Amino acid sequence: MALVYAGVCSHAPGITARAERADPVVRDEFYANLEIMRQDIKNSGAEALIVVGAEHFANFFMNNMPAFCIGMGDEYSGPIEDPDWLKIQPHKVPGSPELSMRIISEVMQTVDTAFAEEWKFDHGIMVPLHFLTPDYDLPIIPVNINCQGPPLTPLHRAWEFGEALRRACDAVPEKVALVGTGGISHWPATPDSGKINEEWDRDFLEKFKRNDKDAMLAYDDVQTYNDAGQGGFEIRTFIATAAAAKGATADVHFFAPIPIFAVGCTCARFNL
Amino acid sequence: MSLYYLQKVLYELNRDAGVQQQYLDDVESLLGKYTLTEEERTALKKPDIGLLYVLGVNGQILMHFAAFHKIEWDDYLQSMRDGVTEHGAVRAGVYAMTGGGDNFTKDTEAKQEVD
Repeated sequence: MALVYAGVCSHAPGITARAERADPVVRDEFYANLEIMRQDIKNSGAEALIVVGAEHFANFFMNNMPAFCIGMGDEYSGPIEDPDWLKIQPHKVPGSPELSMRIISEVMQTVDTAFAEEWKFDHGIMVPLHFLTPDYDLPIIPVNINCQGPPLTPLHRAWEFGEALRRACDAVPEKVALVGTGGISHWPATPDSGKINEEWDRDFLEKFKRNDKDAMLAYDDVQTYNDAGQGGFEIRTFIATAAAAKGATADVHFFAPIPIFAVGCTCARFNL
Repeated sequence: MSLYYLQKVLYELNRDAGVQQQYLDDVESLLGKYTLTEEERTALKKPDIGLLYVLGVNGQILMHFAAFHKIEWDDYLQSMRDGVTEHGAVRAGVYAMTGGGDNFTKDTEAKQEVD
């Protein structure tokens, strides 16, 4: 049928792992906005959820690193992290291989995506699912953009990939939701964890909200590294989602830096 | 210096319970499969989080390894700072320390204490 929902959210492991250490007022408001996303996805009637993530070496390594990959498994599993550390217990997550195959086939008309029938989720997908599909009952199609192992996927390619995902969603009869997940500025898993460039984040989100393609594609990785840390490379997931929204503007319904979560926590939906 | 294989050990260990068990049961034979320097081998066995960080292991790979070892979050961050103090700046990769060793999470903690 079509893309029935598009949004973005943060996925930092601290969101679940270090929940008790955050300012409870801000944390609970963030969680409430993730709950709004869950309800929006449910109300959209989505029959499957595409999660455009930026995984952290759970499946892909520098021996064979795809610029893009789309899952085509019957089921997936996660988290790979110690469950007591992430505070998300191990789960099987249903896939939708036949729908995946049709989506991948359409994407491949314009973008050379890899595909994978096996996929282990790390916090990059498990944290969003913990809030968005807490019963793990909605079929998931995981998608990855290489934001970790240089050379990284160029931003304009992430955009074209998002456009291809939209064409694929519009070509299938099922109702499909899409969530991009990444950080904006952050310095994750380094001694600088907790550092957040709020001004940079707000500036990026302004461009994101108005779906300003040229402004988003004007970012340069060297400058992003300096201003927004290595975590800033994950704007690729936001950019692909904006492209999938096909010019629609976004409503950022939550943004707040939460240092113990190591990222400016964000929830947004596109006005499709 | 064989950072690729150093990270590959951790990549395979982080995602595979069987490799984790082998690490616990017979670390020598596990590490024997990879091209590693003695310094890297020692850091993996100890585990020396600070040295692994300075050698250039990607923070995401290292964070999962620290979680496997049940290292608390603050201790993980401090281990990396201590590694830089002891061994010097991060030698490779994009996860270098750029904040001068400051603790960027303490604002949150302080606020909660005031509350």
